[in-house]
Amino acid sequence: MSEQRSNESRVAQLPILTVRNLSVRYRSLLALDSINLSIQPGQLIGVFGPNGAGKSTLIKAMLGLVPLESGSVCYQNQPLTQQLDRVAYIPQRSQIDWTFPATAWDVVMMGRVRKSGYFNRFSATSRRLAMEALERVGIADLRNRRIGQLSGGQQQRVFLARALAQEADLFFLDEPFVGVDQKTEDVLFSCFRELVGQGKTVMVVNHDLGESITQFDRLLLLNRQLIAEGTHQHVLTPETMAKAYGGHVSFFTGRVA
Amino acid sequence: MLNLVIEPLQYGFMQRSLVVAVVVGVLCAVVGSYLLVRRLALLGDAISHSLLPGLAIAFVLGINLYVGAFIAGVISALLIGWIHTRSTIKEDAAMGIVFSAFFSLGITLITLIQKDNKIDLNHFLFGNILGVTLTEVRDVVLIAIVVLVTIVLLYKELLFFCFDTLGAQAAGLPIQAFNTGLMILVALTVVASMKTVGVILVLALLITPAATAYLLVPRFHQVMGLAAAIGAFSSVCGMYLSYYLNLPSGPAIVMVASVIFALAFLCNPDSGIFSRLTRRHSTPNQQS
Repeated sequence: MSEQRSNESRVAQLPILTVRNLSVRYRSLLALDSINLSIQPGQLIGVFGPNGAGKSTLIKAMLGLVPLESGSVCYQNQPLTQQLDRVAYIPQRSQIDWTFPATAWDVVMMGRVRKSGYFNRFSATSRRLAMEALERVGIADLRNRRIGQLSGGQQQRVFLARALAQEADLFFLDEPFVGVDQKTEDVLFSCFRELVGQGKTVMVVNHDLGESITQFDRLLLLNRQLIAEGTHQHVLTPETMAKAYGGHVSFFTGRVA
Repeated sequence: MLNLVIEPLQYGFMQRSLVVAVVVGVLCAVVGSYLLVRRLALLGDAISHSLLPGLAIAFVLGINLYVGAFIAGVISALLIGWIHTRSTIKEDAAMGIVFSAFFSLGITLITLIQKDNKIDLNHFLFGNILGVTLTEVRDVVLIAIVVLVTIVLLYKELLFFCFDTLGAQAAGLPIQAFNTGLMILVALTVVASMKTVGVILVLALLITPAATAYLLVPRFHQVMGLAAAIGAFSSVCGMYLSYYLNLPSGPAIVMVASVIFALAFLCNPDSGIFSRLTRRHSTPNQQS
């Protein structure tokens, strides 16, 4: 509880990440329409919205993975795309070829590629960080398994370990809770809490409107436009949800801690 | 027995052919491992078929055939990418269009010029490893060194790029440059292999050893290493078979590689057909 209170007090800080007038067009379809955002450090941000709302596109656009129609994304007043070494990104599980010949260890070490630099071998520090990350997510004993032999949850934890090993300041995760077990969900949220407690920013695309929604410090409700953003009380109202989902939709209304 | 191995080596042409075959076997297997995991097997085929017009034009202009072939290969790959990104035509269709166009242009040009020149279309289509010259050995070895050193130096970046392209891009790696670079490595490799197996069969040297190794070992560098060993072994076996049984060399090499793949496919402990059959038989027995 004290952790959450300290997050409340941080809201007063200056934004560290600003998105201005961000639009993305896929051929004739306007996938994102003039998104404006200011994000303070040390927050766990949940991005919600219906299928095709542009949730994944928002993250990809912020990281420069899709061409922008307009807009800018700045981290500490500099373009984010010039500071990608401070970013850890976890793509959707469906984007990955899980039959690829690599072990869990190989994948976690990919998180150290950028920090190691071209032509260099992985340092002892890199290997130690990778091992710590694997232990943190509870799959150190599976590190020599081929990734295709791991369960969905274990695969997701391999990617989380890779992100942790990157020593990033900004974490972007695209649908990390799809097809994972309860244990993995707990590990994900406890790692998010830890990172946020260190003043890092974690942005998670999610579509589950169940109880887990209370874990986020701040919600973005998206449907091509930014429908609402802020605290649960502010975002989770029948009006905004109807506007985003176009009709009645059930969502967790229990009292927010 | 030892005599059987040594006897062919007394001929200079066999020494040169064996060196080229082994170097090409290793080179193709390593580069082919990338094509395998990137699902770009067809690109290897497309680039190799597209070399022909470059060969013909280089011959007419009197420049190095390898250079002409390489340029044609790169142009074809660029064209494929261009058609694919500038329209809704899918990549496989773009490859089909470009490589058949280049291939037919190449055959036409070579047929036109081979009437009054000593240039043989069949040598390009099916290889002519026994006729390899010392200069060609040097060129092949140089190409192999350039390609393999590049791969060793960029191994960890290329692994990240191949496994998770979006993740690599999000980490700030220049994936467009990697894409182009990989394509250039494929073009160089195919050019180096032209003499050994010809442009039609080079796909087998790229994909078959890599796919065989992929069935047997779990990590990418192990796939590359084992594929290289399989490639080299296939080359040597194929050359000896071709020497003693008077078989065409390129097809002999490819057949050996294919037999090794078939063995791995049928017998490997994880997915092999035979091991699956025995498992199915043994399970009910254990229960009863």
